[in-house]
Amino acid sequence: MKILLNGEPYETVARFVSELIAEQAPAVRVAAVVNDRVVPAAEQATTALAEGDRVELLTFAGGG
Amino acid sequence: MNQEDDALVLGDHAYTSRLLLGTGKFASADVMARAVAASGVQIVTVALRRFDRDRPDDALLTPLLAMEGVTLMPNTSGARNAEEAIQAARIARELCGSRLVKVEIHPNPRHLMPDPIETYEAARVLAADGWLVMPYIPPDPVLAKRLEEVGCASVMPLGAAIGSGQGLASAELLKIIVREACIPVIVDAGLRAPSQAAAALEMGCDAVLVNTAVADAGDPPAMAAAFAQAVAAGRSARRAGLMPVGQEAQASSPLTTFLQGGERV
Repeated sequence: MKILLNGEPYETVARFVSELIAEQAPAVRVAAVVNDRVVPAAEQATTALAEGDRVELLTFAGGG
Repeated sequence: MNQEDDALVLGDHAYTSRLLLGTGKFASADVMARAVAASGVQIVTVALRRFDRDRPDDALLTPLLAMEGVTLMPNTSGARNAEEAIQAARIARELCGSRLVKVEIHPNPRHLMPDPIETYEAARVLAADGWLVMPYIPPDPVLAKRLEEVGCASVMPLGAAIGSGQGLASAELLKIIVREACIPVIVDAGLRAPSQAAAALEMGCDAVLVNTAVADAGDPPAMAAAFAQAVAAGRSARRAGLMPVGQEAQASSPLTTFLQGGERV
């Protein structure tokens, strides 16, 4: 299905947020926001993705 | 005086270090981690960014989490209004579980001055929701008091524009904020030299937050340590009580003219 991942069109087979994160294989912890809703870590495996969802995966970077 | 009984208290946490360090602009995560270790800071700021698997420099968090006694304070940099800042705080909590948040809303990238109206609104909502809110603000004593009244854990007025190195350009306003505040006042932004950090503590500010001054130094870990020493000296001086400024000379040695065999003048 097609989603918008971090602002870019993205094709994925992931059905749940947790699967999308696994697909990205981040070496660091990431937070997920689906259609402006912050998805708690405990709900990532049960939060289903739908066509056209806007997903943001965020992490920490250096900042002052 | 013992540092142990002179803690910086933010909410229900007490910190012995009065230096806070930002983690931006460092040449590498390793240099950043060595600066954190060399300065003994207990609070470091981090920013949020979109995960990018093509960028391998995401390992910032790994050395920080391995350090004993270092608390992460996420900032809301990038937020253009209160709503975005509140969302950023919630995302950051998902990442590190922190209740500390530096509310930072500066919509204009040319001067990076904090938006007082959006900052106040975000701080009000987050403080009511149980966060330890640390708002980055213009040096405005009225705004500082209003933020204290809505339950902020501290206020963080700027010394000068972010990254400018212009020092304590806001000194006279900072003194008013310090005189009126019942919560910690932390100078955030604009400092260049450890002497400026010492001066901030001497005038009664409770702590300082630096980033560029350390990250852009020739030897960042050594500069971080120098800032830590300056902050400790400034705090000790404040507690010791500075002498009053006089109008004319006051001799500190006896003025007996014994070399000429004369009488005391």
